[in-house]
Amino acid sequence: MAENQFFIDSDKLSEKALERKHRLEQDPSFRTDHMQYMEGMERIESDVMEKVLSQMNAYDYNSYTADDVKRALASPRCSIEDFKALLSPAAAPFLEEMAQKAKYETSKHFGNTVYIFTPLYIANYCENYCVYCGFNCYNDIHRKKLNQEEIEKEMKVIADSGIEEILILTGESRQASDVHYIGEACKLAQKYFKNVGLEIYPVNSDEYYYLHECGADYITVFQETYCADKYETLHLAGHKRVFPYRFEAQERALMGGMRGVGFSALLGLSDFRKDALATALHVYYLQRKYPHAEFSLSCPRLRPIINNDKINPLDVHEKELCQILCAYRIFLPFAGITVSSREQKHFRDGIVKIAATKVSAGVSTGIGDHESKYHGEESEEAGDEQFEISDARSFDQMYEDIAEEGLQPVLNDYVYV
Amino acid sequence: MFEKNYHGGKVMIKINGVNIEKEELSLMEYLQEQGMQPQRIAVECNEMIVPKSEYESFLLHSGDVVEIVSFVGGG
Amino acid sequence: MNKDTFTLGGKEFSSRFILGSGKYSLDLIKAAVENAGAEIITLAVRRTNTKATENILDYIPDHVTLLPNTSGARDAKEAVRIARMAREIGCGDFVKVEIMKDSKYLLPDNAETIKATQMLADEGFIVLPYMYPDLNVARDLQNAGAAAVMPLASPIGSNKGLATKEFIQILIDEIDLPIIVDAGIGKPSEACEAMEMGAAAIMSNTAIATAKDIPAMAGAFKLAIEAGRAAYLAGLGRVLERGASASDPLTGFLRD
Repeated sequence: MAENQFFIDSDKLSEKALERKHRLEQDPSFRTDHMQYMEGMERIESDVMEKVLSQMNAYDYNSYTADDVKRALASPRCSIEDFKALLSPAAAPFLEEMAQKAKYETSKHFGNTVYIFTPLYIANYCENYCVYCGFNCYNDIHRKKLNQEEIEKEMKVIADSGIEEILILTGESRQASDVHYIGEACKLAQKYFKNVGLEIYPVNSDEYYYLHECGADYITVFQETYCADKYETLHLAGHKRVFPYRFEAQERALMGGMRGVGFSALLGLSDFRKDALATALHVYYLQRKYPHAEFSLSCPRLRPIINNDKINPLDVHEKELCQILCAYRIFLPFAGITVSSREQKHFRDGIVKIAATKVSAGVSTGIGDHESKYHGEESEEAGDEQFEISDARSFDQMYEDIAEEGLQPVLNDYVYV
Repeated sequence: MFEKNYHGGKVMIKINGVNIEKEELSLMEYLQEQGMQPQRIAVECNEMIVPKSEYESFLLHSGDVVEIVSFVGGG
Repeated sequence: MNKDTFTLGGKEFSSRFILGSGKYSLDLIKAAVENAGAEIITLAVRRTNTKATENILDYIPDHVTLLPNTSGARDAKEAVRIARMAREIGCGDFVKVEIMKDSKYLLPDNAETIKATQMLADEGFIVLPYMYPDLNVARDLQNAGAAAVMPLASPIGSNKGLATKEFIQILIDEIDLPIIVDAGIGKPSEACEAMEMGAAAIMSNTAIATAKDIPAMAGAFKLAIEAGRAAYLAGLGRVLERGASASDPLTGFLRD
């Protein structure tokens, strides 16, 4: 199978930094143990990771047949075994049937509604070396962290466009963007938006409690890949390297009182069928343990980044992505499914009719450039983007397009108590 | 086996809802008198279980409320 | 092939038929247990009758696990007292919590049942709570330390069958404990259906006690429960939907 070439050297790195970077890339013994918690990382009592990983490791997707798929499609309730069949190569010829069933399940739980939100990146400093990510600490990009005044200005621009739900993102640097800084951003967001999500580095449960008090309603943490061995080769340095601490982020957030949690694997990094299985089971087992919580899934595929335009999602083509999303929907009919602007317009328009319940609009993955992107005004000092987006539709355009398809665009359906 | 501290005289006890007046006696003596098999029953005195090992030494006192139960058919 | 068993409080059982012993004569119990292939039998606790010369324990084969119930209890405190007495008779740690505040329909009181389950589990009992099938209550029972959950199929003694089918299915799907369908099952076919749905076991008393031939009906239930279990393990075949599906393909937009 083809592999992505992730390693890029910047000529701005010192000789010493380059030497360390190369050693991290080439010498596994130079890297820390990715299964060991670092100092300050909370450990919780939970059997969820063990359950998810043992199912994933035992998953032999080539053992499923067309009959297994037919049985899964005919079953009124999708078991774990059924879900495994739907994710298998044997299900590929049944994609249309899967889509029909997924559409039915989506309409049962969500009617014809589609939620619209926008992400707001407030800082792109990062202390991790994740080889596929544009924000990684060795990538030569323009770094920026918005101050509170700048954050508020961005929020005003976004809120004026009509958006009511925001997802605040930072690069993963506790040093540059500490919990207090993020908390202050949440307090600002509460003034402008009805629903506030966070996509930041994983924190301890008491910190999630604090952020919830500051106004955050839900958090999203991408595991990137659930294959721990592969994870180790992609996240070479930094706190993100610790696989179990990241895995348990959603559970800590729920323990801290967050209302909702989001999950994802970054498709294209590893064996996508196993990653899709593990992502859904992560939701499945946590839902059984925390039945009051809201759960959502994303399905990002790898995208090119600044200084490496060759990165691509390998064998996860649109058909495979569609199969995964249909399987997610059939197995987890209650879960929200977000399809981001990493995907193109035609795909997003098609998938909201089948399985997706949430799309982003008016997206920038850069820092402090909403004024310029929304109103065409020059911004002098914007920070660089995390990845290239594929669907640059504005909020208004997205709203119109959704309504035109006979679906109902929804800006929020929250009650805050 | 330890001493039973009989005080002598009559006691008023309520057993399975019925008030009974008796010369002071131990639980075991009452069970034997009634022909109840200790291995087939359980005894609660004033809402506390009396362990089988204490039947011999357990004296019934005036005012005690005693339940003696056994298994019957049930679903 | 692995033996198909289920576990309650660390004890393994291969029979999935829990037999009630109420409402029929003691000398039929042995034949009923044998025909049922039952490994668990339920009992009630009552004031000892001084006149009685026979005891039900003499009629139950030794290998059968006794499952005393707390019938007669109207709240958690009474259920706990009855359970303690049952244990003191010397039958092991199993108890079926059964709390009825309502004497007309004999419906279980879920809130008191949760309390009693917690108290008894804390005292080391293996608790099997009888309940009205409610997902949130079942979760509370699980957290309280129940060894299984026993939802009712329809009012106790009614023989009306799986009136709560939809809700029992939810418990089977969502609760990581054996779901034992208790009360209301009237016919072997209904027991079979509950097993096809994925129930771990069936508890039945009245359907058998009110049959014309009690041991024969116990045998009929045994066959039905085994058939339902086998069907569940085999994976039910698909049901063909009537009607056509949407004519416009949903996946026409896919490109690469």
